[in-house]
Amino acid sequence: MSAADQQLARGILGIPLQRDPVLTIYERSQEGRRAFSAPPLDVPARALDELLPAHLRRAEEAKLPEVSEPEIVRHYNRLSKRNFDLDTGFYPLGSCTMKHNPKLHERVASMPGNARLHPLQDPARAQGALELMYNLQGALGEIAGLPHVSLQPSAGSHGELAGVLLTRAYHEDRGEHRTKVLTPDTAHGTNPATVTMAGYEVVKVGTNADGGVDVDDLRAKADASVACLMLTNPSTLGLFDPNIAEIAEIVHGVGATLYYDGANLNAIMGITRPGDMGFDIVHFNLHKSFTQPHGGGGPGSGPIAVSDRIEPYIPRPQVIRRTGSANGGPANNGAAIAFDLDYERPKSIGRLRGFQGNYGVFVRSYAYICSLGAEGLREASETAVLNANYLLALLKRAGVAEYLPVAYDRVCMHEFVLSGAAMKRELGIRTLDLAKRLLDHGFHPPTVYFPLLVDEALLLEPTETETKETLEAFADVVAEILREAKDDPEIARNAPYTTPVRRLDEAGAAKRPVIRQPL
Amino acid sequence: MADQHYPQDLLYHPEHDWVKIDGDVATFGVTWFAQDSLGEIVFFDPPAVGAKVTQGDSYAEVESVKAVSDVIAPLSGEIVEVNEALSDSPEKVNDDPYGEGWMVKVRLSDPAERDSLLDPDTYTADLG
Amino acid sequence: MTTYTSATDADRREMLETIGVESVDALFADIPAALRLDRPLALPAGMSEQEVYEHLRGLAARNVSAEDEITFLGAGMYDHYVPALIDSIIQRSEFLTPYTPYQPEISQGGLQVMFEYQTAISELTGLPVSNASVYEGPSAVGAAGYLAKLTNGRGKVLASRGVHPHSRETLTTLARGYGQQIVELPLRDGVTDLDALIAALDEDVSAVVLQQPNFLGAIEDVAELAAAAKRVGALVICACDPIPLGILAPPGTVGVDIAVGEGQTLGNRLDFGGPSFGFFAATQQLLRKMPGRIAGETTDVDGRRGFVLTLQTREQHIRREKATSNICTSQALNALAGVIYLSWLGRRGLVELGELLVARTAYAREQLRALDGVSALHEQPVVREFAVALDVPDVGRVIERVVADGINPGYALGCDYPEHANGLLVALTERRTRADIDRLADALGRAVAAERAAAGATVGARA
Repeated sequence: MSAADQQLARGILGIPLQRDPVLTIYERSQEGRRAFSAPPLDVPARALDELLPAHLRRAEEAKLPEVSEPEIVRHYNRLSKRNFDLDTGFYPLGSCTMKHNPKLHERVASMPGNARLHPLQDPARAQGALELMYNLQGALGEIAGLPHVSLQPSAGSHGELAGVLLTRAYHEDRGEHRTKVLTPDTAHGTNPATVTMAGYEVVKVGTNADGGVDVDDLRAKADASVACLMLTNPSTLGLFDPNIAEIAEIVHGVGATLYYDGANLNAIMGITRPGDMGFDIVHFNLHKSFTQPHGGGGPGSGPIAVSDRIEPYIPRPQVIRRTGSANGGPANNGAAIAFDLDYERPKSIGRLRGFQGNYGVFVRSYAYICSLGAEGLREASETAVLNANYLLALLKRAGVAEYLPVAYDRVCMHEFVLSGAAMKRELGIRTLDLAKRLLDHGFHPPTVYFPLLVDEALLLEPTETETKETLEAFADVVAEILREAKDDPEIARNAPYTTPVRRLDEAGAAKRPVIRQPL
Repeated sequence: MADQHYPQDLLYHPEHDWVKIDGDVATFGVTWFAQDSLGEIVFFDPPAVGAKVTQGDSYAEVESVKAVSDVIAPLSGEIVEVNEALSDSPEKVNDDPYGEGWMVKVRLSDPAERDSLLDPDTYTADLG
Repeated sequence: MTTYTSATDADRREMLETIGVESVDALFADIPAALRLDRPLALPAGMSEQEVYEHLRGLAARNVSAEDEITFLGAGMYDHYVPALIDSIIQRSEFLTPYTPYQPEISQGGLQVMFEYQTAISELTGLPVSNASVYEGPSAVGAAGYLAKLTNGRGKVLASRGVHPHSRETLTTLARGYGQQIVELPLRDGVTDLDALIAALDEDVSAVVLQQPNFLGAIEDVAELAAAAKRVGALVICACDPIPLGILAPPGTVGVDIAVGEGQTLGNRLDFGGPSFGFFAATQQLLRKMPGRIAGETTDVDGRRGFVLTLQTREQHIRREKATSNICTSQALNALAGVIYLSWLGRRGLVELGELLVARTAYAREQLRALDGVSALHEQPVVREFAVALDVPDVGRVIERVVADGINPGYALGCDYPEHANGLLVALTERRTRADIDRLADALGRAVAAERAAAGATVGARA
């Protein structure tokens, strides 16, 4: 670190310096080292050639590392220290709902009855798991206001794909061949990408001056060729669209379905329900509102809830509760079977993946819902909205608001958008620079340059699990960075200084991709 | 990176392309303004030789780290050559947009279309 | 109530005052009254941590897991031993709780893991390009089909009947959206029928999908099948079990263009089917059409080595409706478990594990087929799983009898393969010892004999 850098880093927190030379696990490899000891060969030895002809076999070993257990542990522990994480600091990454991940969940998910349960175990001997899934289906359906839930999709975008394929199945079953899906111009990129994968054409719908759907534009584009409108409410601008009933009427009026992207569900749990707003299909991100730890990019889970008219098409198998003796008498081993996997769904779109979904995620989200209950879920949403509005109010102070005005000056829901356009113009630093300078202060930056609609956008979502003091500290740091930029914009432009690495050459990485280690 | 300039001997299309016409073959590229807006170019996805291009339609893509942009054909015709050097060194588009950063050569199918193109002064006036 | 928030009544008052509204309720004024839920959610009241633990413990206790019985269930997920160091590393907050690495300066740990993972997958598959994971195995097959569609735009995909039924069904579900027709290729003697493949190939075939080892445990001659597919310019997709890849020919060396697979066996728990991860590797030509995140090596402004997400212009957040996939969140933590597991096994260990499985599987196959009423369903070479045919009227009843002896003998093939209504698929891992195999043989022999006797008695009674 240069003297100048040290100067700039002094007195601010940053994450711990981990600037030792970087080695990969392959570079730590030494011939003959090992961590694994194979169980003894307890069956008669046979020549491999006799069991597996040579032409089907590998000629050369895969060049995996040769390392001992202590080295593996140290290598990955050191790597871990080069990550910033939610358990360490504030993570107001808009649209990602980085709320606390309760520790209990890891404990219950690790119980052998869950962790070592084979997915093809006879349902009669997996009753606890199926009951848990059944209960989770019920709870999510109640939260969404839509009665039928499939837990199968593996993430939000997978749930979206399920939703659009359900829409296709619904229309085709009625003999209709629609070709377009409407998405607002504020949509997550996953929405239009999903539409294409499901074989539809994307048509964009505009946004009105209040940040809601441009109802006139919607009316103009909604016709019998439209299969679906994909929407999130509150929108990616963090605003609740009060015209939702009218929007639903227009969409249903042309026979299309209304799809709810549940990325923003954390604003409304127990307060209002997508089903009551007129949505036909909803996906949940269990790794957002329902506390599955994000794992640095997954696992997630993206269950869907649907209305009665969509129900015949949902993925199979479905977890059901068998009542009475109809089809559900004693199983072969004599034990009563209450919960089962139902494959007899002739109109189902079929499977979207193997087995029953990301069950380990279901355990955590179910535990969360059990912990909070009805009242706690509502309190979580209320506090998320309170925290967002409080942070917004703090950022409306002089010295901030003139550079980072809120894009739509209304009461926000669980998140809000600032525009860095004035900051760029007046102070000569971009949203990216502000984000990078926040790293030196030990905060994860907000989502940047999204939604696309807002110039130099910052999308901030504090979540309900942050304290008032954390929000205040963050607002103070934003003010401090702007003050600093007024004196010397170069400081932010060259930030960060305290992180394990500084700004990286992303263009070089894209021009000449090195995506594996040559061995 | 090159300094802002718009050579006098070229013709321009409002979608920020330049054209150099030599008989019935024209060379296409993007202007200084275009490469500056895109930022550092990391990938050029050229059309196939022999492909037909239509004035006003996209004939190729350029990528920066976080954006993809269509490159619009200023004139119609058939691709006769693409700048292979851009596959290894797409940054030539930034460094020398009117020289080594050229993109394709096209045998023109409708030479009359050239009348719709702009001279440098008209083009730069529209840049504001 | 929730103990995961910390706003006190005093906090709330101060915050509302700063915001300039009277009540929390006023913050929801944009929601029309008619759309407000005018009652509490119909969910049970919240519980304390201890109560939730007891409730979930009670549910888990009603599952019979691989902890409770000797299991030979496989069919896509396998009860391998997960070394303790994996739990220790993946439970670290620094790996468990970050989001996708959008800020590379503070995500070097996760990004370097992706790079190391991609390297390991490339080594296993013999293909130069790997992404940083997709959801899981069958949906990876579906994603590979979409890549084929994007690459050559042809209308048909030929899928071997040896491909996992879940993969074939997923492929069919997704292909209905992106507009491809799935045609099934039959098996002959337990492996994909080469003649049927040749007969089905034409210029409209976008891809041929195989599985190695196939669902019946048989090792396919992928080179021969791939060569045939190449003659019409079809892409070859192969779903692989990564453990046998330690000893089997890497797909990239036998003509496979896209190798995908279920990563559960690499250091991930069974978890009743997920979360695990899917791996996805391909040839260099397919690099820019790959789905999912890819990490790349670069340097920072001071020249330090570092890693970033790269080639992002493929992805949904940039290319939107023209993206190569809609995938966003994938399975980073599970892929981390995968690369730790491969490092733990190491270069020699992966081979030793494969050889141990081959030997024990051969032993198990011989022991079972020696039983009265049990025969091999096919004679192909196998690594870790094999199929037998039981000469009984109802395989389910045999399974129930063996289960009653504390052994889960495997997966009944009948519901997925009506042509093998009496088939049983038996899987091994390093956890199943010779003693376990002997117990299985003993229990299965008795169960088959009992069922045959019962059937004979029934027939006799009728006669």
